[in-house]
Amino acid sequence: MTDLAVPVTTRKDWASDQDVRWCPGCGDYSILAAMQLLLPDLGVRRENTVFVSGIGCAARFPYYMNTYGMHSIHGRAPAIATGLAVSRPDLDIFVVSGDGDALSIGGNHLIHALRRNVNITILLFNNQIYGLTKGQYSPTSEVGKVTKSTPFGSLDTPFNPVSLALGAEASFVARTHDMDRKHMQEMFRRAHEHKGAALVEVYQNCNVFNDGAFDQVTGRATREEMLIPLEHGKPIRFGAEGHKGVVMNDQGQLSIVEVEGVGEDALVIHDERRADPGLAFALSRLALGPHEPTPMGVFRAVERPDYGSQMDAQLLEASSRKGPGDLAALLSSGTTWTV
Amino acid sequence: MTSTTESPSGTGRIVKTVDRVVIRFAGDSGDGMQVTGDRFTNESAIFGNDLSTLPNFPAEIRAPAGTLAGVSAFQVHISDHDILTPGDAPNVLVAMNPAALRANVGDLPAGGSIVLNSDAFDERALEKAGYSSDPRRDGSLSSFKVYEVPMTSLTLEACKPTGAKPRDAERSKNFFALGLLSWLYHRPIDVTIGWIVERYGKSPVVVEANTLAFKAGYHFGETAELFDFSYEIAPAEHEKGTYTNITGNTALAWGLVAAAQLSSVPLFLGSYPITPASDILHELSKHKNFGVRTLQAEDEIAGIGAALGAAFGGALGVTTTSGPGIDLKSETVGLAVSLELPLLIVDIQRGGPSTGLPTKTEQSDLLHVMFGRHGEAPVPVVAAKTPSHCFEAAIEAARIALKYRTPVYLLSDGYLANGSEPWRIPAVEELPKISVDFAPARPEGADGKAEPFRPYERDRETLARSWAVPGTPGLEHRIGGLEKQDVTGEVSYDPENHERMVHLRAAKVAGIAKDIPLVEVDDPEGGARVLLLGWGSTYGAIRAAALRVRAGGRQVAQAHLVHLNPFPANLGEVLTSYERVVVPEANLGQLTKLVRADFLVDARPLTKVQGTPFRVAEIEQAVLEALAELEAPSGGEDS
Ligand code: SF4
Repeated sequence: MTDLAVPVTTRKDWASDQDVRWCPGCGDYSILAAMQLLLPDLGVRRENTVFVSGIGCAARFPYYMNTYGMHSIHGRAPAIATGLAVSRPDLDIFVVSGDGDALSIGGNHLIHALRRNVNITILLFNNQIYGLTKGQYSPTSEVGKVTKSTPFGSLDTPFNPVSLALGAEASFVARTHDMDRKHMQEMFRRAHEHKGAALVEVYQNCNVFNDGAFDQVTGRATREEMLIPLEHGKPIRFGAEGHKGVVMNDQGQLSIVEVEGVGEDALVIHDERRADPGLAFALSRLALGPHEPTPMGVFRAVERPDYGSQMDAQLLEASSRKGPGDLAALLSSGTTWTV
Repeated sequence: MTSTTESPSGTGRIVKTVDRVVIRFAGDSGDGMQVTGDRFTNESAIFGNDLSTLPNFPAEIRAPAGTLAGVSAFQVHISDHDILTPGDAPNVLVAMNPAALRANVGDLPAGGSIVLNSDAFDERALEKAGYSSDPRRDGSLSSFKVYEVPMTSLTLEACKPTGAKPRDAERSKNFFALGLLSWLYHRPIDVTIGWIVERYGKSPVVVEANTLAFKAGYHFGETAELFDFSYEIAPAEHEKGTYTNITGNTALAWGLVAAAQLSSVPLFLGSYPITPASDILHELSKHKNFGVRTLQAEDEIAGIGAALGAAFGGALGVTTTSGPGIDLKSETVGLAVSLELPLLIVDIQRGGPSTGLPTKTEQSDLLHVMFGRHGEAPVPVVAAKTPSHCFEAAIEAARIALKYRTPVYLLSDGYLANGSEPWRIPAVEELPKISVDFAPARPEGADGKAEPFRPYERDRETLARSWAVPGTPGLEHRIGGLEKQDVTGEVSYDPENHERMVHLRAAKVAGIAKDIPLVEVDDPEGGARVLLLGWGSTYGAIRAAALRVRAGGRQVAQAHLVHLNPFPANLGEVLTSYERVVVPEANLGQLTKLVRADFLVDARPLTKVQGTPFRVAEIEQAVLEALAELEAPSGGEDS
């Protein structure tokens, strides 16, 4: 909005004066801290930053940010953010959502925001449970999940948020987790820099209703053998000294092997910029759940014109072709006669 | 056709002068009857007649050809004087096939004329339409004047020079019918020929075929000795000015563009296609050079969500829909009530419940938009009364939304949306100015901090909170659907604060009554005992009925509401000064319920839910009955 340099800020400037009310020990705290610590480095202004959320534990996020914010209604944040982003291309807009909010009641809005490539950054806190309503299974809960609403175990197959986003034509999809601030910040930074819709799935621990759901992948003790870091242009390796790697067979299926057995040259080189989302999708299917080695990082980051810029271009073109709107001319644009 | 004078024309044929005529064009939904009616209307408008139209088409895009379900019709009423309705019944029925005849002939009064396409009356077509014998031969049309014209074969003959295949050429037969009627009523023909070139310019064969068919129809009228008369209807006297013929949906779309221009707030439309509202989305999508942004959303909910998001960012957020969409949007309307942001929800009502009658008109969403939200969630309601009034109503609804930072419902319906009338184009300077103040940036104090911003501080007069849009330094704030602390806007679960906020929101909406015109009563002699009260699209029929009652030597008062929430400040006083209030409405008595509840008056509904507008005679009858009841010896009502 102005030419002045962006003022230097610290975490304090980005934190609102509201008491944070998540349960003690909730993973949301570390995500909030990562974001508040990152924003001073992003070169953005507080007044141009907006957090929009729906309903759920994650949706309280905007209240804790000293920016513009809207805590809206269940599932609708991507739709509301779409209208805001399209009419105000000058703003930095974040949508904060959860697995119930984004994938159950708001599933339709999420996929359409992604396919339109609206210039927003969507943070999807996935804790595989409904927290705010006190512990029902969610659309990312594993089959057989025993909760208050499923005493005999849940029957529905879960969504894989990364696969879903890729299927919805997302131009940027990443995954991170609440136990690694640096990685979260890197993913948030990349998502923010991306022009268009960016989705970051954040594995988030709900220590009250689903404690330890991601421990095998994110816990410090097991992480090395369970978390597959994705780095663009590099062979996909993990485990102590990278002894494991990912290979692709001639059917395009990925599997995990001992590097020793195949040699490094046989490993898949990660390419987040590939136009074809096949590799990203295959990577998203590598683990059936957070109890198997799971890729973390940017799955896909491709350039595609964003919705708002295209609409702006249409507006500009219309003005240059027809001239700026003239109300009197519009009202007389039909067949007219004079009495 | 009430009064006629006759004079011989140059061709030896008699020209009758009539003061008005109602013509209904009816055919298969693929026959182009809407185009035909629309063109006849335009010719008449340019000729200077007053007019009113009523399109009537099936919900199916292509119902089986030749069946009753597939009949599409367009009625136009033209006159040499001010008229208010598309006419109770047609004087002339143009029937392109047996189904069109069968579906419409019941509305034609004895003595009316039928012009039919005799080529379409073969055995198969008669059977499809459900005729067991040919109505032309079995005497069932004996009370009408029937003109049989072989329109299909004459069209094919006329189009021969184009080389078009018969199947294609046949499609021009609606222009033959239009040409014939244009001759019969002395319409100017160059308007239509110009329009054909403009509309079908991309396909020279179609331009040629339609033009040839149109001229053939016109010349057929002139040369065939079928018609003994042709008719003249003199131009009506209109206030000086430049006019255009406009439908309700176009007027509404232009009203939205105007409101954005008048307020200097950019227009954003979030909408999902739905009959009969889609034309507003189509129209607004054309006007990107006005800075209008339109988003065809993934669903009704996203349409209003995006509009609300845009409003948060400082736009005039609008969503357009019909009843089924209102069901889905209610949740977001509630959020907008809580956020206290401007938002316009346009409901082009249609027959319900559920999918109901998508292409037919009804006024049955009034109570829904008044009360269809959980919690105490008051929303102002504005209703358009004629097709061209949709323009003004849109500006007024936007004015209220912007000034009071509130969602506003704007009601129209299928009849207004697709109906049209001549409209005197207002000068831009005549339109009301809408001033909008955004909250200004707050400078930082000595400590480097801005004063804390209080998003729910209110204007004393309007009780509106400030509109603080992202991008403004010092106004960073969070709002949401949770109850807010008065003034600070922080989340609050305090019971007393909640009660205060509920009352504040209600008082804000109720206070708009000070800012809207009083309801005007038309009671020329001042002695009427019965008041006709209406809202929305019943205006024309109610007004015409009142004039007819008075022409019959009786008194009746008439008033029409544009603002339904809040009501005009004097409404209670007006209603209580009549012994009986009769409320014609295309529902089961929704406004009646509201005025009875608010003012304890003896209001009685006159209801009609047939998907078609009221006939003037129906309302006239209701008034006469009410008068008779009041005049009956006392005690008559209790017996
Ligand atoms: S319920 Fe779970 S997700 Fe919600 S705040 Fe508590 S720990 Fe966090």
